[in-house]
Amino acid sequence: MTPNLYLWLIPVLPLVGAAINGLFGKRFSRQTVSAIALGFSGAALVMALWIAAQFASLTLPHVELLASWIRAGDFQVDFAFYLDQLSLVMLLVVTGVGFLIHIYSVGYMWGEGGFYRFFSYLNLFMFFMLTLVLASNYLLMFIGWEGVGLASYLLIGFWFTKDSAASAGKKAFIVNRIGDFGFLIALFLMIKHFGSLNFEQVFQSVPRMAATGSEELLTSIGLLLMVGAAGKSAQLPLYVWLPDAMEGPTPVSALIHAATMVTAGVYMVARSHVIFDHAPQALTVVAIVGTLTALFAATIGVCQTDIKKVLAYSTISQLGYMFMACGVAAYSAGIFHLMTHAFFKGLLFLAAGSVIHAVGGEQDMRRMGGLRHHIPWTFWTMTAATFAIAGFPPLAGFFSKDAILWQAYSSPYGSWIYWLIGVFTAFLTSFYMFRLWFMTFFGEYRGEAAAGHSDEHLHLTGGSQAGAPAPHGHGHGGIHESPKIMLLPLVILAVLSFCGGWVGSERFDKFLSPSLHAGVTAYSQDETAATRPAPEAREHGASEGLLTSISILAALSGLFFAWLLYQRRPQLPQEIAHALGGFYEAVVHKYYVDEIYAAVFVKPLIDGSTRVLWHGIDRDVIDATLDNGAEGAREVSDAMRHMQSGNLRSYAGWIAAGAAVVIAYMIWTGTR
Amino acid sequence: MVPLSYYLVLSGILFACGVTGFLIKRNIITVFMSIELMLNGVNLSFVAFAAQWHALSGQVFVFFVMVVAAAESAVGLAIIIAVYRTRETLNVDRVNLLKL
Repeated sequence: MTPNLYLWLIPVLPLVGAAINGLFGKRFSRQTVSAIALGFSGAALVMALWIAAQFASLTLPHVELLASWIRAGDFQVDFAFYLDQLSLVMLLVVTGVGFLIHIYSVGYMWGEGGFYRFFSYLNLFMFFMLTLVLASNYLLMFIGWEGVGLASYLLIGFWFTKDSAASAGKKAFIVNRIGDFGFLIALFLMIKHFGSLNFEQVFQSVPRMAATGSEELLTSIGLLLMVGAAGKSAQLPLYVWLPDAMEGPTPVSALIHAATMVTAGVYMVARSHVIFDHAPQALTVVAIVGTLTALFAATIGVCQTDIKKVLAYSTISQLGYMFMACGVAAYSAGIFHLMTHAFFKGLLFLAAGSVIHAVGGEQDMRRMGGLRHHIPWTFWTMTAATFAIAGFPPLAGFFSKDAILWQAYSSPYGSWIYWLIGVFTAFLTSFYMFRLWFMTFFGEYRGEAAAGHSDEHLHLTGGSQAGAPAPHGHGHGGIHESPKIMLLPLVILAVLSFCGGWVGSERFDKFLSPSLHAGVTAYSQDETAATRPAPEAREHGASEGLLTSISILAALSGLFFAWLLYQRRPQLPQEIAHALGGFYEAVVHKYYVDEIYAAVFVKPLIDGSTRVLWHGIDRDVIDATLDNGAEGAREVSDAMRHMQSGNLRSYAGWIAAGAAVVIAYMIWTGTR
Repeated sequence: MVPLSYYLVLSGILFACGVTGFLIKRNIITVFMSIELMLNGVNLSFVAFAAQWHALSGQVFVFFVMVVAAAESAVGLAIIIAVYRTRETLNVDRVNLLKL
């Protein structure tokens, strides 16, 4: 017998915290609000650790039924939670990184208005994210999926008095809707053809469907799921919302738009790997989308000057890597990168928040510089994260990125093109990250003088501007290190970024294999089994070492070029920009994607809605029908009311005339 | 035997007199009497048909009409007295407050 793990408590705990803070938080002191928020998200973390501790003794997958939800004939959906290796990894990442970012937020948001609101939203996000991760069927997963979108919308628009923040929240929500539409259609297809949304039943029926030759169906389900994943995980062509989402407070960018929510798409694809395994064309699309996104976003990241925007494009690029891994059926490599990415990208955002806080709300890297002496803790933790994301051994990013690149090359679905683009992207990643590192921490401070800065800082904390809040009782003069409560998560994440990869992709793969290779045995009975070598067949033993050295070389050359351009010869970037001319302009303007979308989709939609739907249909048909009808009734009544004169004899006349008409009619019909 | 049509023509004349009086007279009492005239015009056609077809129901109807007319004139005369006491007139054209 498997013990009852009370899995439902894990998501519900943060929900309770969100409810308490959301309903009563206004009257609580800041200390109480943070104690509640930290307490409930910490409790979820403790439960996750408790489950991890007894994980070895469980029979997997462990499904717990809480209540039945929908019953319609044979179709049934339950509130049920599903624990296996994959969801355990996600559970630990979400609760662990989430809790650290909660701690950090206490320091970061201390001086802001709406403190309780922020933590209520943050806990709400945890609830939905944990529901997403622990759901045992696609519909419950979809609830979490939509819920994290809602929390993301609320938190991006946290400073809702700022126009740009409000519209960024709207943009994120609407772009996500497009992806969710695909996800929803995929669910409908599953209901129609599998009669169920439970993971186990769907995955059992997939090989049967594949055997009966409905590969097109599986391909379309896979593609629609990928549309959903592309929306949530900011892949081409739906990535445009993520850079704008940086309008939210920095801890939100770290938690939702780097570490957890945006990786939901990767999790969903990995979870649905049975479907993708039987739909090779869909898998190819996933790989191509991931690879192109990785390259595309990395090139934009090179030219950004806003520290958070660089990290945003970097996140898109790293998510592209994860999809590349999923697209070559190396799901464990994708999840491995998801985990390490959660560590180092969460850390990068938190450290960036600390930097922004230190320089008084400035986000433009051109006005930073030389900060390493002023904020040593931030500098060293950020250094760890930068080296980790750039892929230097023995830090976490090296292991996961190397696993992805190796799989992209050697997997039966892989190709050297993926690998080549991946390595080039790794070089770009290293380059833009070290560019950020050099511009922020080295050279001379290029911001305003410290005296002017303190005034600005006061001003910023007075209004609810994006950027630096004033921590409790902290001095405002000059560039200063963040309070300890913000540094603690930085240090923990730095340690994780450093050692997180030591588990090794092989061991990680073996751990995850029960949940990620479940469909492969069924697959190998197909006629295509001959074309698919066993995963263990590593005949390229020597080339793996070669490829690893090339990717290390890519990381090193990224470091070298960044040093050359932004440390050694700072005027060189200008010259290169001039030399590149139009191409540079395009990259700086993010390839004009936002402008193209605005011209192709947004403007026609708004014009069409205004002219046809609003003016044409709503105003001229619906409103006009009602208004004219009412006006007509009024005019007729106006004429008719003169009949009621109060004169008795005129009434009698009307009666007599009416009676005469009736009699005439009866005579007429009678004689006819 | 007097033919049925004679009774019906007389009944029509009585009813038309009642209608005309109702429409053109201004005195409430006269109007009231015109109503009675119309009722009795109808009564006449009832009994004429009853006699023609040897059907009693027509005569029963006439009794009903008479009973209702008696009750109506009792109520109507009471109203007329009330109107006269308040308005000091019996001219229907001046009793015209009930209007839009």
